[in-house]
Amino acid sequence: MNAEATKLLAVAIAIGLGAIGPALGIGMIGSKAVEALGRNPEAESQIRTAMILSLAFAEAVAIYALVVALILKFT
Amino acid sequence: MPEISIKAESIFHVLGFSITNSLILSAVVFTLFIIIAILYTKDISASKKSGFFYIFNSLLQMVYGLFESILGKNTKLFFPVLSAFFVWILFQNWAGLLPGVGSILVKVEEHGRILHIPLLRGNNADINGTLALALISVIMIQAFGIKFLGLGGYLSKFFNFSNPINFFVGFLDILSEFSKILSFTFRLFGNIFAGEVLMTIIAFLVPVLAPFPFLLLEVFVGIVQALVFSLLTTVFLNMAIEKHH
Repeated sequence: MNAEATKLLAVAIAIGLGAIGPALGIGMIGSKAVEALGRNPEAESQIRTAMILSLAFAEAVAIYALVVALILKFT
Repeated sequence: MPEISIKAESIFHVLGFSITNSLILSAVVFTLFIIIAILYTKDISASKKSGFFYIFNSLLQMVYGLFESILGKNTKLFFPVLSAFFVWILFQNWAGLLPGVGSILVKVEEHGRILHIPLLRGNNADINGTLALALISVIMIQAFGIKFLGLGGYLSKFFNFSNPINFFVGFLDILSEFSKILSFTFRLFGNIFAGEVLMTIIAFLVPVLAPFPFLLLEVFVGIVQALVFSLLTTVFLNMAIEKHH
């Protein structure tokens, strides 16, 4: 395995493993938000705000992995 | 494969400062921002308002409602700076999607080699641009925290000697203030830069029709990221200005 192949593999592993956690987290946030909405439809705007915020926090982890992968790939 | 650069490249130099491609597009958007602001403020007092005023007003009203649900009675004070964050990031994100941005190349000679680099680049796809926004946001949060609680009151949130656990939590809070800068920077940069890479790769693989759904996705991501940045600033601001409990 030469250096270039190792680098490509590192990129794939970085983003692949890094996306697992946020994917689970975003799925849970979405399901719980829909559940809360079903129980209490009047609170839609508050639920939406809280959901977008927690989505942003969960997604940030995936973005860190993505930035690492992009830096590995393009530098 | 098309050439993708993770940092903004300099087009020419003025007095030793390098003018990068993201700075050029940023200046264009800045001019547009100023023009829209002038038109809008002129229309506020006019008796016959233009259609543009109503469209922009309804956008701002929607954002005002969102901020009001978090900040409550302080919304009036903070709305100008928060909505400026929102509109500025939105314009910068969308400007990066315009045709010609990233596809118009110019010849630049660097270290004796001739390079072809894009003339324009989205400002939020340059890490310096998002770092500047993150620094403004976090420093503003500290400044308003001190203004509302007083220096002693604000510092007592971080230095609490009542028991060892509180002391340790205060230490973690100091760290989290610094990690806010990092997470603000990389969240915006990562999303927008990843969008640009995605668009480039898709347009390279399937040039006809296939990039269109991704373009729509990027328009949506642009709105969501602008909203997330301003909403997170609002939430942190609200946490900083409220009394310790």
